[in-house]
Amino acid sequence: MLKLNAHTITNKEYFYGHKACGGCGESLALRHAMKILGENSFAALPAGCMAAVSFIYPNMAFTTNAMITPFAATASVASGIAAGLKALGIENTQTIGIAGDGGTADIGFQALSGAIDRNADIIFITTDNEAYMNTGIQKSGLTPYGTKTTTSPAGENLPGSITQKKNMFEIVAAHGITYAATASVGYIEDFLKKVQKAKDTKGTSYIQVFVPCPTGWGYPANETVSLAKAVVDSGLWYLAEYENGEFMLNKNPKEFTSAKDYLKKQSRFKHLNDADIEYIEEQRDKKWEIMRRKWNY
Amino acid sequence: MSKQKKFICGDDAVAEGVRLARPHVISAYPITPQTITVERLAEYVEEGSLKAEYLHVESEHSALSCAIGVSSVGARAFTATSSQGLLYMAEALPYASGARLPIVMMNANRSIATPWNIYGDQMDAMFLLNSGWIQYYVEDAQEAMDMMIQAYRLAETKEVMTPVMVNIDGFVLTHTYELVEIPEQSLVDEFLPPISMPENSMSLESPKSLCISAGNDTNMEFNMKQHFDMLNSEYFIEAIDKEFGDKFGRYYNGMLEGINMDDAEIALITTGTVTGTTRVVLKKLRKEGKKVGLIKLRVLRPFPVEKLAEVLKGVKAVGVIDKNISFGYEGTVFTNVNSALSTMENMPKTMNFIGGIGGRDITKEDIEIAYEKLFEFLQGEKIERVQYMNVRCDY
Repeated sequence: MLKLNAHTITNKEYFYGHKACGGCGESLALRHAMKILGENSFAALPAGCMAAVSFIYPNMAFTTNAMITPFAATASVASGIAAGLKALGIENTQTIGIAGDGGTADIGFQALSGAIDRNADIIFITTDNEAYMNTGIQKSGLTPYGTKTTTSPAGENLPGSITQKKNMFEIVAAHGITYAATASVGYIEDFLKKVQKAKDTKGTSYIQVFVPCPTGWGYPANETVSLAKAVVDSGLWYLAEYENGEFMLNKNPKEFTSAKDYLKKQSRFKHLNDADIEYIEEQRDKKWEIMRRKWNY
Repeated sequence: MSKQKKFICGDDAVAEGVRLARPHVISAYPITPQTITVERLAEYVEEGSLKAEYLHVESEHSALSCAIGVSSVGARAFTATSSQGLLYMAEALPYASGARLPIVMMNANRSIATPWNIYGDQMDAMFLLNSGWIQYYVEDAQEAMDMMIQAYRLAETKEVMTPVMVNIDGFVLTHTYELVEIPEQSLVDEFLPPISMPENSMSLESPKSLCISAGNDTNMEFNMKQHFDMLNSEYFIEAIDKEFGDKFGRYYNGMLEGINMDDAEIALITTGTVTGTTRVVLKKLRKEGKKVGLIKLRVLRPFPVEKLAEVLKGVKAVGVIDKNISFGYEGTVFTNVNSALSTMENMPKTMNFIGGIGGRDITKEDIEIAYEKLFEFLQGEKIERVQYMNVRCDY
């Protein structure tokens, strides 16, 4: 496989001129993914930031085919596109669904499950910034414990969100999907490699990419990539793949960097006290203990 | 030419019509009383008599969303639903119509919960009159099959480019067996050419962004274009039905059919299968020398304002049979008819007969009573303008 990096990736742009915030991790992921997916792509995006900033008549940010879908319907519209192209005999195309964490793990969950069940020939990319950002930072199923959002306020009685981040990667894998992966825009080459792998996969594949959001998380816009690295290095997110029925850890840090440093750089976690952070670290360690025991690496 | 006839139910007839229309992709989810249609289509695909992709979706919302994806690349899409299923996919209906995607959907008219009930009334489709879909209502299995073919032709007409919902009364039509004439595939192929929609579909040759957002500086104009194309689709509904009749020998009179309207003093307006029952009563009353007529409304969107006013010229009282209630008001068809008739110089008196809710039978006797009440109403007797047929409680 071609080594993907800044030197080998195409200079062509398929996604530009959008109105995303400065430092947006989501548009960064999308721009790079499109470079791999190429001009024969058909993209389906639900209501959410990327749809809101990219389809404002008459300024369209995709140079490829793309459409907004009903919020719940990213995977079903995408599988309809793929089925339509197949029925028309149009070959060498790539259909992708690109949804946020809410559009994947909450309202889009059923349609995604159905598409995987049908083994629809699509790539589903979840740009995970851990809350509903387009509507103004509300808690989603992928919001981690202790996050302050506008619907999970932190105060004297609650530490922000009190639920754990839904384990979408393994839920998707449990369908027996052909290919699934996690990624982070902090490790962009790893992400691009996974997009390429998904592109080469026949049937449904799923990539959940971690995309920091300066607006929703409260950090300077130039920290997006370093935070996306720090979350992986501190073990609060992980880079992994699921293929042929097996899990593989792509990065297994000998020692985690400080979770506290990662958390405290963001105003959504500013309120956390040492006990909260200790709890978050405990949960992290439990997860890694299981992954290291059961997964390949 | 030998004509093939089959003894089949309404759902079967829809499936036959869909097979003849050769859709590229069928997205299917079961719901009573529609299910037989998607079962038949699955069999056709399995045996190879229909070359189509068959998608087992996990919900009605996805059934229509899949069809939206299919249609967005210029392929022919079919789906079918009913009742709660239609309401579940409701959000996606304006997506399809706003994006001008010529999807055809069969809706088996069924009551809405609660109370739960699987039988036929027309509450479901009436909810979606404002969804931007053209709505047909059919009377029998033959018309159900024929309208699947006409629906694709209409939806894919360049000037129309609007999705079409064909409404089939639950059980009374979906599950009732009739002799249906099946046209030859070659004739259908002549009538319904391959789909072509280069201007509003995504393609490699001409990449597009679809289902876009438009601000308040342009949004209204998009809606106006959609609205006026729907209004103008009335012309194509008439023309396509005429052409269909010339080719297959069955005419349905486009937007509406008037029966015994030439000298009618009073008339009933019906949608769907209750038309058939009313035809029988009409014949009897005519034999008795009563000047009664019947109008079968075949299309509720677009609404045949001028044609309805024209056919009702000289009629003194009109009753509208509604198999739905708009809670807190009256029957929905009645509201629509009154607005249309207000364009007339001498507007007839109007009455509403609400019945058949939750699948309660509307009998010949009920319809005869409706005609009688219309006569009484005409003669100036004081009776409620909105009547409820065959109700078993005080209200």
